[in-house]
Amino acid sequence: MLDKDKIAGFIGNKILRLLSLLIVVCFVSFMLIQYSPIDPVRAYIGEMPVSAEHKANLEEYWGVNTPPQEKFLNWAGDALKGNFGISLIYRMPVTDVIKERFTASLVLMAASWLFSGILGFILGIIAGMKKGTWIDKTIKIYCYVLAATPTFWLALILLMVFSVYLGWFPIGLSVPIGVTAENVTFLDWFLRLILPALTLSLLGVAQIALFTREKLIEVLSSDYVLFAKARGEKGLDLVLRHGIRNVALPAITLQFLGFSELFGGTVLVEQVFSYPGIGQAAVAAGLRSDVPLLLGIVIVSACFVFFGNAIADLIYQFVDPRIKQQEASI
Amino acid sequence: MSTAVVTVNKGVFRGFNLRQKTLLIIGFTSLLLLAIVISSVEFGDESLHTNFGSKNLNPSPEHPFGTDWMGRDMFIRTLKGLGSSIMIGAFASTISTILAIILGLLSSTGKIADSFIAWLVDLFLSIPHLLLIILISIGFGGGATGVIIGVALTHWTGLTRVVRAEIKQLKTQEYIHISRNLGKSKWWIATKHIFPHLIPQIFLGTILMFPHAILHEASATFLGFGLSPHEPAIGIILSESMKYLSAGYWWLAFFPGLSLLIVVLAFDMIGENLGKLIDPKNAHE
Repeated sequence: MLDKDKIAGFIGNKILRLLSLLIVVCFVSFMLIQYSPIDPVRAYIGEMPVSAEHKANLEEYWGVNTPPQEKFLNWAGDALKGNFGISLIYRMPVTDVIKERFTASLVLMAASWLFSGILGFILGIIAGMKKGTWIDKTIKIYCYVLAATPTFWLALILLMVFSVYLGWFPIGLSVPIGVTAENVTFLDWFLRLILPALTLSLLGVAQIALFTREKLIEVLSSDYVLFAKARGEKGLDLVLRHGIRNVALPAITLQFLGFSELFGGTVLVEQVFSYPGIGQAAVAAGLRSDVPLLLGIVIVSACFVFFGNAIADLIYQFVDPRIKQQEASI
Repeated sequence: MSTAVVTVNKGVFRGFNLRQKTLLIIGFTSLLLLAIVISSVEFGDESLHTNFGSKNLNPSPEHPFGTDWMGRDMFIRTLKGLGSSIMIGAFASTISTILAIILGLLSSTGKIADSFIAWLVDLFLSIPHLLLIILISIGFGGGATGVIIGVALTHWTGLTRVVRAEIKQLKTQEYIHISRNLGKSKWWIATKHIFPHLIPQIFLGTILMFPHAILHEASATFLGFGLSPHEPAIGIILSESMKYLSAGYWWLAFFPGLSLLIVVLAFDMIGENLGKLIDPKNAHE
């Protein structure tokens, strides 16, 4: 099944698609920002009064007066060499900002991705096994309510309960104020990760649990499960042997397809908890018209989402060909 | 498809059959949403007068959701915010639906058009949704207009896929072939044979788009890209409440967010139950 040519073709195809996608994404986002009626200098200085001379200097720094075509070509040429420019608000190369921020976000996203996947899967299996009972109904209602919950509101509530009222966790920031990067202990960092990760996990559970439940019910009403029951298998053993094997793969695939939503949730959660990740940088860049940084983040996020989809595709194509057949027949 | 509503034949709904119950639930929730919209329009701006004598009050019978730092009644602010959320959601869903219909129909006209639409859908899904809304809203000058356009232009992908798949499936049906062989024009087949089948799907798709549109608008506003601080919006209220968290004014965040949750849930329930009515396969579960 897994011949080398097929895999090479798959990877080559994916890389080509990613490149073509990135070119269009870059161009469109660049033009969207370029032709925005928002004055970037005004957005940066805000309400502060500045002299005309000072403003002219800033405009020079921002490159307001360069023609857009030239600007795009300059930027794209540099980007090809791996230089995404200097972030205007952090005054650091964009690649450095993104590297630092994305690592922080990746830890947060990975933690909640894993936790929500496992918890959601278990809840889905329980609900599917006990279809129609009060356990099933409770899990279903929980999922429906969570799917409707605004991410940032849940984050606020958790922050209020655990940080303000109970005082278990610090209120914000990834490290204590006044401590240099080298002196941050693992505990400091870990304590600040828990609440954001918890928020994202709680919300991520809904989709995967409902999906697993549906799939398990489908599997349990199949002929081979009927046959297994006729042979005397029952209870948890039956589900473990025939259910989970069939449900796990589609569920994992779904979890990989959720990268886009995970990123969106991270943006909101980071904002509430002032977690210094890529989402917070994106918001700051957007609000203060830091074009190079915003473009860099858009590219990184597009790659991130693409990566998730590519893995899901890989599972479709190579691990379980049945899924592809089902999709095609719909 | 699963249902949001527990359907057991006891309790308040005893004596109704499933169809009656479904209709009742749709009726109640629609009424609730309608009441929110109407009352948010009815309460004029004068009901939001600032009154520093009654600032930061706990929730009480007089002010069910408490008051904020300017003495404004949070209940009325929330209500007005919800009203504007629902109206923005309605507008955005309508635009997205129209886009979805046009693109879905367009994709059925030929192979090139079809792969172009598929590519466009992929392009829109390639950036995280929230980031895309932020980008578009910046492109259109930010503020309320920016976010509304951003939300309206990004929710069509799902429904377009549904319409596209539905048309593809319908086109292979026997009666369409017969109709073509009888010499009917493409337009005639599209309007008489295909479109009527799409209407329920489109209708349902629009309603299920609502919750997403509302939540995305609130999120973008919360992050500071949307409505200005003077306008009533749940996103604004919640981002304002962040400043008062450590002061212990929990009601500033709790009730407005909960109300938003209930509105979103109400739309989900209407969608799910309408789906039950439209799709007879699930009607007898």
